[in-house]
Amino acid sequence: MNSFWIATIGTSVIAFALKYAGHNVPERIFAHPKVQSINALIPIALLSALVAVQTFTEKSQLMIDHRLAGVSAAVIALILKAPFPVVVLSAALTSAAIYNWF
Amino acid sequence: MSRIESTTFRDSLSVSITVGAYGTAFGAAAVANGFSLLQTCLLSLLTFSGASQFAVIGVLGAGGGAISGIATASLLGMRNGLYGVIMAPTLKVKGFKRIVAAQITIDESTAVALGQEVLGEKAMRQGFWFTGFGVFLFWNLFTLAGALGAQAMGDIRAWGLDSAVPAAFLGLVWPRLKTNRDRILAIGCVLFALAMTPILPAGLPIIATAFIAIVAGLRK
Repeated sequence: MNSFWIATIGTSVIAFALKYAGHNVPERIFAHPKVQSINALIPIALLSALVAVQTFTEKSQLMIDHRLAGVSAAVIALILKAPFPVVVLSAALTSAAIYNWF
Repeated sequence: MSRIESTTFRDSLSVSITVGAYGTAFGAAAVANGFSLLQTCLLSLLTFSGASQFAVIGVLGAGGGAISGIATASLLGMRNGLYGVIMAPTLKVKGFKRIVAAQITIDESTAVALGQEVLGEKAMRQGFWFTGFGVFLFWNLFTLAGALGAQAMGDIRAWGLDSAVPAAFLGLVWPRLKTNRDRILAIGCVLFALAMTPILPAGLPIIATAFIAIVAGLRK
């Protein structure tokens, strides 16, 4: 078995184990208000980091490119309270326009 | 379909198609990095976590070993474990349904579910299942398409897909920024992740922000 198969199967097994383990943590842990507070904050932290990394980085390098224009369009759409598909579509259209024209 | 359900369904569908379409990029990248068509499709079916999948093909494609590929992917996959902890009390499922729920516990299903919080638990559950199955369907179909058309496929950047994904994440986090503490945390995590990107291995800057959230939650 070559390293590509080991990586494919190993990644898949651990990925599922992590997901399943999360679903089996006892519910009573959630009674504590601090745990609930942390649970509300973790998605904010991770999603914010994902936005940042996917907008401003390329292969571990910081980079400003057409994606900033796309995400800026999304910010404007969100400020204008646009529905979710409009937010995503405005980002894609702006980004594609900048990328294709420059 | 009631008003509430159609809102939830619309959120789920737009996330599913947007994120699913990005599977094209994964399929193409995996084949380009030396994975077979079968391995590429198995990664999307079984690992089913975009960031982890991109991580493992990136490491092996750059000449890294299986262990470092698995380790990087698994560090990214820890996020899904946290999502499972968050979602389990809302989903209330056991046995086989829990296994299925676990497999579709990813950024998007969790984020859409949490986005329905104001509409109640039922809408949250619908958001989770709709989005989980929707992303699973489109992600796997587009992975296959991308892998098959790896050479033929144009540049995804020319279609703006590389901006649609962060925009989708932004659209999901935006409504959650209710207090100043939330906003400070979000900005702090953006700056931290960017500052750490050139220093830490790919993926770690994102995971590390979970610890910032834990510290912020404990200080409350």
